[in-house]
Amino acid sequence: MSNAYQLIEHNYDVVVVGAGGAGLRATFGMAQKGLKTACLTKVFPTRSHTVAAQGGMSAALGNMGQDLWQWHMYDTVKGSDWLGDQDAIEYMCREAMPAVIELEHYGVPFSRTEEGKIYQRPFGGMTTNYGEGTAQRTCAAADRTGHAILHTLYQQALRHNAEFFIEYFALDLIMDDSGACRGVIAWNLAEGTLHLFRAHQTVLATGGYGRAYFSATSAHTCTGDGNGMVLRAGLPLQDMEFTQFHPTGIYGSGCLMTEGCRGEGGYLTNSNGDRFMERYAPNAKDLASRDVVSRSMTIEIREGRGVGEHKDHIYLHLEHLGADVINERLPGIAETARIFAGVDVTKEPAPVLPTVHYNMGGIPTNYHGEVVILKDGNPDYVIPGLMAIGEAACVSVHGANRLGSNSLLDIVVFGRAAANRCAASIKPNSAHSATPQPAVDKILARFDGLRNAKGENPTAGLRMRMQRTMQNHAAVFRTGDSMAEGIKLLEDVHDGFEHIAVSDRSLIWNSDLVETLELDNLLGCAMVSIKSAINRPESRGAHAREDYPDRNDEGWMKHTLAWLGPNSAVTIDYRPVHTYTLTNEVDYIPPKKRTY
Amino acid sequence: MAQFNLPPNSIIGTGKTYYAGAGTKNVRRFQIYRWDPDTGENPRMDAYEVDLAACGPMILDALLKIKNEVDPGLAFRRSCREGVCGSCAMNIDGTNTLACTKAIDDVAGEVTIYPLPHQAVVKDLVPDLTHFYAQYASIKPWLQSATPPPERERLQSKEDRAKLDGLYECILCACCSTSCPSYWWNSERYLGPSVLLQAYRWIVDSRDEFTGERLDDLEDPFRLYRCHTIMNCTKTCPKSLNPAKAIAEIKKLMVERR
Repeated sequence: MSNAYQLIEHNYDVVVVGAGGAGLRATFGMAQKGLKTACLTKVFPTRSHTVAAQGGMSAALGNMGQDLWQWHMYDTVKGSDWLGDQDAIEYMCREAMPAVIELEHYGVPFSRTEEGKIYQRPFGGMTTNYGEGTAQRTCAAADRTGHAILHTLYQQALRHNAEFFIEYFALDLIMDDSGACRGVIAWNLAEGTLHLFRAHQTVLATGGYGRAYFSATSAHTCTGDGNGMVLRAGLPLQDMEFTQFHPTGIYGSGCLMTEGCRGEGGYLTNSNGDRFMERYAPNAKDLASRDVVSRSMTIEIREGRGVGEHKDHIYLHLEHLGADVINERLPGIAETARIFAGVDVTKEPAPVLPTVHYNMGGIPTNYHGEVVILKDGNPDYVIPGLMAIGEAACVSVHGANRLGSNSLLDIVVFGRAAANRCAASIKPNSAHSATPQPAVDKILARFDGLRNAKGENPTAGLRMRMQRTMQNHAAVFRTGDSMAEGIKLLEDVHDGFEHIAVSDRSLIWNSDLVETLELDNLLGCAMVSIKSAINRPESRGAHAREDYPDRNDEGWMKHTLAWLGPNSAVTIDYRPVHTYTLTNEVDYIPPKKRTY
Repeated sequence: MAQFNLPPNSIIGTGKTYYAGAGTKNVRRFQIYRWDPDTGENPRMDAYEVDLAACGPMILDALLKIKNEVDPGLAFRRSCREGVCGSCAMNIDGTNTLACTKAIDDVAGEVTIYPLPHQAVVKDLVPDLTHFYAQYASIKPWLQSATPPPERERLQSKEDRAKLDGLYECILCACCSTSCPSYWWNSERYLGPSVLLQAYRWIVDSRDEFTGERLDDLEDPFRLYRCHTIMNCTKTCPKSLNPAKAIAEIKKLMVERR
């Protein structure tokens, strides 16, 4: 049956899957270094979700007051609730300054200070002097920093003649018997053809899986495709229980209102008009880290102090900033609030609600971007031929909770790191190992099976059930009972997927089939996410268990690894958190109580 | 007199109608262009009745509802759903715009939806934008300088940075270019408003040192001067940018440097 598909074959040194910020930075970095590189992407590069990042990119440039990368590192470790690996965090915070300067040299239209330097704004959890003051560390292009950076990175890719395969949907990794990755098979949507890409390294830069939830700031295309492929390849995902809720998604549509709103002086109020964050985070107030603010808002709503007809959301105030500041620094926010909430933020508050925003968990890697797993007692065993970067990866620099503006930093720093690693380890145009035919057949059989699926459950209906389940049972606050119930519901959805209905049989732009393949990826992510969550009996960062309200460093300062088996069975094991730094220039930061 | 006939495969037929269930009160009819490359049949307009009481406020919400609940085969691009990625550009009620930021209530009566005009259609509402993207690449849309960059950032005054406002925000949705009659006639050689807006974004950037070369590349009866100030571009831009003004600024610079 799989013989029915003609595979068009390509040989590359490196194949990058995904063309968001991480994928683009890796792609042209490799091209620059003389590696034959292909970038496959299911959407045109500037449509990738990096485009929606708003507030900025952190780097201790010190343009708006003294700053040190060591302070940035401390904030990131504390933000991660000590689940982040400190060697990787040190690497990221040190590389931040050259990374942002490089972007400026590429032409990113950063906002400017009076002296003409890159403008930096305060952001949640970003402090000076190890928690004492408020840092202005987040480099911004108004409130469209992701857009500005993504377009600039695409422009650099054009400049370096990078090869793109646009609107190609990656189906699966080609894994050989030794456990090495030999490339990837992808489907060209426009022409309806299937392609086999051989590569010495396959770099997954496929982003997060926010669409596993009903309400997310994430784009429709954030479907965890790389994570899904990794699970099907028999590899584990790491720390999947940690899902970030952004405090300020617009009530209803879920569109993002940047943390930069509060960075510029905006604040939250409840139905009494109280600035309630003063009670939960006396020092940082509205600029506490995202998990803290989202929990505080949820408590306010639960205790009956929500705003609106159903008392089920919170107000975000910007009107006191004045139209000039809003128009200069938050113009996109003003536009979004007008279109999606019917609110003029220069005059009235915007209705907001904690909304799924970011996945701290993902494909386990080291700080070079190489995929690592626990194998034969070695927690840092490198999978040959496979790398992961960006939100798809779990380096882990964000640990249990990411700080705002550390994500644009992550994608640029680790996209570049992956390119450097490939340049150091791959001889350009060297010969490829044999492609394992059984692996190829299996991939084509799965594709063909879903393409011709004649069951009774349409994709959209199953997707909605999965999204509602995750929304209700793996939310800001979690309990064992509720998650157990959620797991049952999710297993029903998984059973339903065995009888899925695809109505379009075409190979050309068959978006019904694309959404079905995406749902398969999402379901895998959702399953390991909720099962990892019920397995962790403590509260850490974004994982807040009402039945286990305290952090338990003795038992649980470790990374969860979760493998997905047949019938949605999940196997769990652990990797230790790296309790050491990269160099001697900074000491390991030991865990302490996390308050803001 | 010469007779011009449209090719037979360009005639759009009438397709199926999908009725809303009995008892739905707030029904709106959507007429949507369909073309299936596999069948070889002519395009058609399918009609879908949508219950607005159970639908989000935007045109994209209606399209998603149709795809999810009625016709999973309907093909269109979408991603961010908040007007920043530029995927869901299409012709709605006669105007090119983004389905995700266009409110259903802003359209009176029946809603007609076509793909962006004058582009080859891949399927249904999905146009082939390959040529548009190639034109974008042709203007070298990256910072060019002969001077090696300083160790820190290049300095740029607030005033110089402000010159990029209204330009850098372009999302490459192609609404403006595909609304331009001049681009319809001469898209092989005329760059069109979107790409010219991007060209001006680099011309006016104080950090770019290749202004002369950029203007040289545009000094051409077609690439730049097919703009006849029709202004459809500015009228249709879903991000409220002004490509016509950017083009006029380029023309002014051409005159000034003579």
